[in-house]
Parts: sequence; structure tokens; C-alpha cells
Amino acid sequence: MTADAISVTNLTKTFGGQRSLFGGRSHEVKAVKDVTLALKQGETLAIVGESGSGKSTLARMVVGLETPTSGEMQIAGKDAAVLNAEGPRAFGQMIQYVFQDPVSSLNPRKTIGSILETPLRLLKGYDRAKRKARMKELMDAVHMPADSLERYPHEFSGGQSQRIAIARALAAEPQIMVLDEPVSALDVSVQAQVLLLLEDLRKEFDLSYLFISHDLAVVESISDRVAVMFFGEVVEVGSSEQLFRSPQHEYTERLISSAPRLETGAN
Amino acid sequence: MTAQTVDTAVPAKEKARRPTAWQLLMNNKLAAAGFYVISAIVLIALLSPILPLPDPNATAPADRLKPIFSEGHLLGTDQLGRDLLARLIWGTRVSLLVGVSASLIAAFFGSLIGLVAGYAGGRSDNLIMRGIDMLMAFPYILLALAIVAALGPGLLNALYAIAIVNIPFFARNVRGITLGLSRREFVDAARLSGKSHVAIVLTEILPNVLPIIVITMSTTVGWMILETAGLSFLGLGAQPPQADLGSMLGQGRSLLFTNPMVSIIPGIMVFLIVMSINLLGDGVRDALDPRLRAGALSRPMAVTRIDRRSVPEPAKGDDDAALVVAELETSFETTRGPEPAVKGISFHVRKGECLGLIGESGSGKSVTALSLLGLVASPPGVITNGSARIEGRGVLGLSESEISSFRGGKVSYVFQDPLTTLHPLFTIGDQVAEAVRAHQPASRSDAYAKAVELLKTVRIPDPEARASAYPHELSGGQRQRVGIAMALANDPDIIIADEPTTALDVTVQAEILRLLQVLREERGLALLFITHDFGVVAEICDRVAVMRFGEIVEAGDTATVLGNPQHDYTKRLIACVPKPGQGRAFLDAVRKLPARDKGARRT
Repeated sequence: MTADAISVTNLTKTFGGQRSLFGGRSHEVKAVKDVTLALKQGETLAIVGESGSGKSTLARMVVGLETPTSGEMQIAGKDAAVLNAEGPRAFGQMIQYVFQDPVSSLNPRKTIGSILETPLRLLKGYDRAKRKARMKELMDAVHMPADSLERYPHEFSGGQSQRIAIARALAAEPQIMVLDEPVSALDVSVQAQVLLLLEDLRKEFDLSYLFISHDLAVVESISDRVAVMFFGEVVEVGSSEQLFRSPQHEYTERLISSAPRLETGAN
Repeated sequence: MTAQTVDTAVPAKEKARRPTAWQLLMNNKLAAAGFYVISAIVLIALLSPILPLPDPNATAPADRLKPIFSEGHLLGTDQLGRDLLARLIWGTRVSLLVGVSASLIAAFFGSLIGLVAGYAGGRSDNLIMRGIDMLMAFPYILLALAIVAALGPGLLNALYAIAIVNIPFFARNVRGITLGLSRREFVDAARLSGKSHVAIVLTEILPNVLPIIVITMSTTVGWMILETAGLSFLGLGAQPPQADLGSMLGQGRSLLFTNPMVSIIPGIMVFLIVMSINLLGDGVRDALDPRLRAGALSRPMAVTRIDRRSVPEPAKGDDDAALVVAELETSFETTRGPEPAVKGISFHVRKGECLGLIGESGSGKSVTALSLLGLVASPPGVITNGSARIEGRGVLGLSESEISSFRGGKVSYVFQDPLTTLHPLFTIGDQVAEAVRAHQPASRSDAYAKAVELLKTVRIPDPEARASAYPHELSGGQRQRVGIAMALANDPDIIIADEPTTALDVTVQAEILRLLQVLREERGLALLFITHDFGVVAEICDRVAVMRFGEIVEAGDTATVLGNPQHDYTKRLIACVPKPGQGRAFLDAVRKLPARDKGARRT
């Protein structure tokens, strides 16, 4: 158990349901129900599901952006409740998040340099010279020219913005990355390049990935194991090969058969 | 959709050449006039200590109530023989100072409250904003009076009163913007980068809110000067002998009939200041608002402007096709002249056939679809060449009313996001019925009956009951079914579907594709299907045309193009689509692809 990068036990998140000013209870939505999952060190675990299945809520809880209603989380063997009490810095040093929409995850009024500098200064505590050197290394790691640092987010295309967002996540030197639909907003040719980059970075920096996606083919190309979520519950977990070849749950089967295939027309 | 397409079609360099805020401001003649008037007034007020003016507070009973243009007193004197010009200039200085400081104080505290309330959200937001609401519940001048009454009369106390009264305006404006911004992903990202809440508010949110604060200030500072004058007029602001515009008006009041100039002169000054500041403020707002800057207010014409170099005849053998497009070229006007987004493409769709138009963002596929019925926003769009024929009839040369009869009639569109194309305040039954009545002389009830029938055609369960549902009560897939029902309302021959399943889940996408396929077979529809997804093309299209940078690089039968692509770009695109069952082999295949020609793409 201690080797797990992330392990969650009976994790539940409920939205709404608080007592309002006049005593009535507001409408309650169970976004995540009793989820138990483990991300092993160095592996890529994909979470697959359709909109509203609770996969993003699960991801946001894991990085501390949402607080679970009940259940336990351990990040790299440390209790998340303890980490949470230490504040966002404790979380950020261990686990980072890459958002679906790269454009809205970069502040339009800040240069790429100042966006990248923040985690280096606050999470790593590097001095100015070290920060400068690291920023260059990071740009290099995501295959972006060093002069990007002085430019603003609107000057970049979607794929480039996502590379920058990945560089920001890497800046914190985390062991774990949560990738929430990192390639869904990108064109196919760009998507392939970003997937390749992610795979190379994982090997280079020995990272563990929690990869959220609705695209089964993308998931199959990058993940070791897959968990299928349906209405807040994990209905099936298995190794990537086994799950796609012989899905056990009826919903997984439906998902796989719904995915449009190139071959039907081609062959 | 159009805006997005335009955006990708315009090269990055072009954005830098858009007019700057200052140029926009100066182009607005009223705002420029306001700017010059207020600058002159501010300059004179600032220079008042060094101008050769008599002491504004020196009384001279012998010289009282001299008319204007009298010797030594250009604007005459008041009832105590004080020089009116000197009092006017010194009074303007005081009024401006009080007005501007009051708006700075109000902006500071109001923005602070708004930022805290908007960022904290939930209960704290509720508590703070209800407090602000209470402040707003009083008529503002009454509240200002009460504050001055509590603090005692005096210019400084009037300043505080005006500032407090105006805090709610800033708080409300800033809170609204902050609320939206603080749910944005870059705020979450900053939190994960280790920033504290205070740092996030000050360094991430504030820079984005600042333009709003400036705009609100520029539009309220005139009001504040007026309110200060009001308090002084009532004797609660500037105390004698100090001159400010309000107290000058108040003292001149008793002489209004015998010596009107004593009150008219400061009155004109108040008018000039407030008017010029408001004109300038409106100009600043228009210049800083990015939507106005992008030209959103310039209303597009009903039909795209057409300025064709030639109208090509259709190729032989295309006569029976439902839609024939020849050498179509659509451009967007930029400061450097027209930039073509679609560069002379030709294709045809036969009855009962589905043609897929596939390409990445910025390839011009949506502009093509919109050009066919002149739906590209104009300005900046212009159709610069080519023709589109529907059943042998050239569409682009038609008059506005003739082209409208095609829209939603013979040809209809299905768009990507049905939530944005459906009106949120009308039931889906009414909206489908409206689509019917747009082209058919049907009574309201007949049209509604037809609408229910159409909803049944697109397989919406229990159509009679669902017809009275509002768009937000339906799932994404059901909303797209309504979009298709509206497209079918007038038995079209051609449906142009622009990424109709992109916003949907895969299981829902499969259902919608099946529905389109069935409708096409039942009704013999010609379908122009625009997508970026090769899987979807393989599923539904008979033929496919691959677009890049506004050109069709390859076209042919779906099976041929996908199975044996000829063009390098098509090969590359297909190689970049992960296939089910391919697994990790996909990434190895991508690694082997030759490096992309970077110069060809925009960035």
C-alpha cells in the first residue's frame, strides 16, 4: 500500500444539501460515490467516463481543489487531510494538475515567464538565478523556444498553450500529475504530439499519471490501467489491454462500441 | 462560431495592428471633445496659484455685483464684491479635487469589498453584498445628508459622505466580474502553484478587474462632482468664505432674479465639467471594452458582401447534384487587405449523399459552410470569387429576400452547440413551431402540431409532453435532436451540419449519427457534414474532402481516402488518430512521423 502514489478509499463528494438560511435543504447531488482506487508509483491510470460521471470532481479532490465529503485519501503515503491543513503548498509540491482548456488556465495578463516563475519561487524556493535556469530547462523539456517566456498567452496556439501549462505543472517537480482531459481541446495532429510529450516526460521524470479522458482510443494509447466511471461510481477497473479486449461491465461495453472507428469505412 | 473562425483565420501579427485604445478614443469625436474640454479645465485649475488672479476671498463692498466684462473683473463680482473669475477658478479646483478624491476613495474601498465578496463567495459574499444592498436602499443624497449631519458640515466630511454613498456602485461591478474570474481555471492553477488567497486576489484577479474599475471611475467621477456641488449648495460642504462651485451656486440663489450671472457662471462650469467627463468616460468605456474593440457593435449585414471576380459555370456532369460549389473564395478584410480563409474550393453533393468536410481548426471548413448562404459576418467577410448552385440555381447572386427563403427552407443548418443556438426563454415546441411558420403559412396551432410531429421524427421520447420543456431541461443529446428537428421543419433538400456531435458524449454521438443516417435515407437528404473527427466521417460519409488552410487537398470516396490516402497531410492526420486496439503502438507510430513543416502553420 505504501508504494501507491495516490490511494483513495470510499471517497464521496456531495454538492448542495446544505441547510439554507430558512432551514430547508437545498438540492443534493452526489458527484462521486464511494470510490476506492489506487494509482501505483510510475504508472498511468486512466479514468474514463462521460460528462457528469464525476471524473473531474474526483481529480479535483485528489489535488486538493475540492474537499471530499467523506472518505480517505493518501497522497504518496501521506494523509490528504494533514496535507490540506498545511495548505496548498504542501499539495502542490507533490501533485500537480493540468487543465482541459489550456487557454483559460493561463492568466491572460501575465507573461509565460511570470506564470512559470510562481511555482519555482513559492513551491521550490529557488533564488532568481536558479529560477531563470529552471525556466529555460522547462521550456526545453516541453519543446518550446526560450523566448516564449517574455510573451503573453494569447500569442500561442492551443497546443503550445497546453505545453506551457504542462511546463508549469512540471515546475513544481511533483511526483504525480493529474491530467484532466489534457488533449480534448486540441486538433488531432497536435493531440498526438502532446500525448507523445506526456509519455516522454513520464519516463524522463519518473512521474505517475492520473489521466482523465472521455476518448477511449486516446486512453488506450497512453494508459497502463483504466477505471470506468458511471454516475459517480467506478464500475470497472482493469489493465488497459484486458479492459478494452473483454469489457466486463455492460456500460464499458456500450462505451467501446459507441466510439467511432476509422476501419468501418476503410476496410 | 463565426467569431471563432474569424479569429483563427486572422494571423497573429494582425492582432497587434488593431487600433490602440488611445486611437479608438480619439476617433470618437464626442469623447475627444470631452477630453480636450476637461483637460483645459484641469490645466487652468492646476495653474490657479500662478495665474494673475485677485484674492478670491477678498471682499470689496464698494464693487459689489458688477456686471460681466467690467474693468478689472472679467466675469463681474458677487454680492460681497469678490472677483467671480478668481472664485470660479479656485472653486473649480476645489470641486475637482473633492470629486476626484471621493471617486478614488470609493473605487478603492468599493473594489476591495467587491474583490473579497466575489472571491470568497458563498456565505461571506451573501453577507457583504446584503450590507451593500442596505446602503443602496437609501436614496443616495439622503444618505449623504445623514452622513454629513452625523459628521458635521465641512468640505472633508462632504467628501467622505460622497465616497461612502458611491462605494456600492464599485462593489457591485467589481464583485460581478470577480465572481466570474475566480471560478476560472487560471485561479485554480495559481493556487496549485502555491499562491496564497491574498496573492491570488492581488496578482491574478486584480489585473483582470482593473479595466472595469477604470471604466466605472471614469463614468462616476462626473456624478461625484455634481453630488459634492449639491451638498455645498445646501450649505453642508464648503464653508464660507471658501469657494467651490456648489457653494457659489447656493450663494447666488438669492440673487437669481436681479443678478442671474452670479449663479449662471458656476452653473455653466458644473455643466461643462460633468458633461465633458461623462463624454470622456463613455469613450473610455467603449475603447477599453474588448467586445466593442473587436467591432462586435458594428452590426453585420443580412447577407455576406459579395464582390466576385468571376462566376464560374458548373462542370459538366454536376447538373443533377443538389449542391454544386465552384471555386469558392471567401476572404476577411484586414488592415493589410483581404486575407482569404477559403481559397477557391470546388465540390458537389448529390441527393441522398453525405459529403464530409474534414479539417483542423482554422482550415476554413466552417467558413465554407457559412458562405454557401451568405451567412459569414460581413464586415469583415467578403465572398471574393466562385459560385454556389442549389439545384442548378446560383445562390450567391440572389437578393436578400430570395436568399432568406433558402435559409431554413431548402437548405438548413445544424450547429455544434445546441445550447447556444436554442433560445433559453422559449419552449422547444414554440421554437420548432416558429421555424415551421418562418416558411409556411400555417396557423399557430397547426405549426405546433407539426412541431410535435417533428420532435417525434427525431425520436424525442414523449414528444407531446417534451414540447413544453425549455432547452435547459433537456440533455445535450436531446437538445441536438431539437436542433435537427428545427432543421427538418421545412422539408429541406440539403442539411449542412457543422460539427453537430462534437459537444456530445460518445454514446450520444452514436445515437445522433444513427438518426442523421436514417433521416438521410428516408428523405433523400443531401448532407454536408463538417467535422474534425475521422471516426465520425468513416461512420456516416459517402465521400470526404480534406481541407487545410482553406484548400481541399484531397477528396474522394471515404473508403479510398481513409484506406489509401494520397496527400501527405491526409496521411499524417490519419496517422495522428489513435485507433482502438492499437494501444501503445500508437505513440511509437507518432514518434516515427516526420517533423511537421512548422513554417506553414500559424504559430
